[in-house]
Amino acid sequence: MNTLLNLTVYGLSDGAILALAALGFVLIYKATGVINFAQGEFLLIGAYTLYATFVLFQLPMAASVLVCVLFAILLGVAIERLVLRPLVGESPISVIMVTIGLAALLRAVVQLIFGTRPVPQPAILPRTPVQLLPGTSVPLNRLLVIVIAAVVLAGFTLFFRRSRHGIAMRAVADDQQASLTMGISVRRVFAMAWALAALSALVGGILLGDVTEVSGRLATFGLFVFPVVILGGLDSVPGTIVGGLTIGLTTQYVSGYADPGLAQIAPYLVLIAILLVRPYGLFGETRIERV
Amino acid sequence: MAATATGVYQRTYTRDLALRHTRAEYFRLALVIAGIIAAPYLVGNYWLSILNTILIAVIGAVGLNILVGFTGQISLGQGGFLAVGAYTSALLYQRADLPAPLSIAAAVIVTAVAGALFGLPALRLKGLYLAIATLASQEIIVFVARRWDFLRDGSAPLSLDRLHVGGYEITREYFEWQWYQILVVCAVVSVLGARNLFRTGLGRSFMAVRDQDIAASAIGVNVTRAKVTAFAVSSGFVGFAGALSAHYTETVTWESFTLEISILYLAMIIVGGLGSIAGSVYGAFFMMVVPVLLNELIFAIGDQVPFLVTRLPAIENAVFGLVIILFLLAEPRGLDRIWQRMKDYVRFWPFRY
Repeated sequence: MNTLLNLTVYGLSDGAILALAALGFVLIYKATGVINFAQGEFLLIGAYTLYATFVLFQLPMAASVLVCVLFAILLGVAIERLVLRPLVGESPISVIMVTIGLAALLRAVVQLIFGTRPVPQPAILPRTPVQLLPGTSVPLNRLLVIVIAAVVLAGFTLFFRRSRHGIAMRAVADDQQASLTMGISVRRVFAMAWALAALSALVGGILLGDVTEVSGRLATFGLFVFPVVILGGLDSVPGTIVGGLTIGLTTQYVSGYADPGLAQIAPYLVLIAILLVRPYGLFGETRIERV
Repeated sequence: MAATATGVYQRTYTRDLALRHTRAEYFRLALVIAGIIAAPYLVGNYWLSILNTILIAVIGAVGLNILVGFTGQISLGQGGFLAVGAYTSALLYQRADLPAPLSIAAAVIVTAVAGALFGLPALRLKGLYLAIATLASQEIIVFVARRWDFLRDGSAPLSLDRLHVGGYEITREYFEWQWYQILVVCAVVSVLGARNLFRTGLGRSFMAVRDQDIAASAIGVNVTRAKVTAFAVSSGFVGFAGALSAHYTETVTWESFTLEISILYLAMIIVGGLGSIAGSVYGAFFMMVVPVLLNELIFAIGDQVPFLVTRLPAIENAVFGLVIILFLLAEPRGLDRIWQRMKDYVRFWPFRY
């Protein structure tokens, strides 16, 4: 009971962070049709910008979060403008490859500035043990991660449902030409998708860096967004939450009950099994192709 | 025969089907052959070893280009297939005492079969979904290679005896020399084989599937067969490269087959030119030579700027990423296209087109 509850909390918090990362991925894919292999690097950069502002420059927490948010938005917009826009209409292979190149570049820049070793960062969220059941306690920060991620995800959902820009983004995702004729600036929506993706990854990166460590490993964790989005469907925002939580729980259970090494590939085994049965993912839209 | 292609009209079908039409092209072929023969005399042992790794990479890149560039099936599983080829050949040679050529041939066949198996999901998956499925198979193959004790000598990585076939042996003092001869033959055979594959019906069916698979099936191309054979043929080449690298480096470890290797090979064919056999060769050269030159440059100026030396791996990665991005932005069709444009410029001079 003790282990099960512990693993569940750890799995849910991992899954919540994955859902945040996957949300950014889905946003970009829905709005611009680009498969972003650099999503893990966005997590990495998010965690390191907070380290730079909070630990190196010693800004107060609120100020450093503000700087990080601005930086994430700028980074997202700059990448869209400089790297992705010239490739609009190119073959999917070129677009996938450019994001892979981008991932290598971003990771290398982080390494150049901060080195390869994990950097020391004081705990941001409190780690005091919380007693959930008699005899079972989990660190508070894991619980807080779930809460924060849930709030951010709810915020994003509200944004898409209610706000003007959110509705414009959904319109562009649905049909670019129709939204152009309705006076929606597709360019601005593209830029906004990248900015929001960087932003959600920033939150995920900061949380992940706080509960684990701020190091290059964060980008590897980011590779798990692929199983998540396949599970949840590439174009479904609620799907990312289901997918994130499933993958988070799977890895934690496998690593707790079976083998931590196996946990590293368990998500991929799940992924292959799903793709064999449903080639467009569990919640993904089946596409009908015509010549 | 004219010197340039302008105004060359073929009068027979055999002439039209020929790989080379002009005297300039034959001249270039002669230059390439002379260069291949002269290369080992011109460079030292160090550069000869780099040439050897490039030649292995050429075979792998040609294989990957058959799948990605010609058939349009993106694959992130290159490293996994290299591993299958390398381990098969190494185990058969070292543990089953098979002669080296047989073990390499077996590796080609085994990898081709493995490729066809992994290609089966490709029948239903497209684009991104396929990319992610191959990413998954890559991670799973590497995991197996890492965990399976059978693929190791105790705790050390699997090591091989120096290559010997019957009475022929690779000697220590002429190691790079002899390997150069072997690898040049292998690379030339692979390049010619791939070049000619795309003059056959099978190769053309690959290209039809790449351009529009539904339209291809409408004109009678068997899409299932084309996709599965493309995976098998491509993996065969990759397995060949893996087996050769196992014998050349005399050790096989999972670390040389990670996702980074898959991405490196993808970068080679992007930089060289998707859907071009010559491009795979240029790309393999480019991607293998750039890090070496970068290393030399940084160590040359390293005394003044020690920071650069300590951060060398990061700089290499940054250059790697930049090269991919810049090529895709400036010339998505790669070095091969740049070379074509240069030729066109000369041919049409003084006109623009």
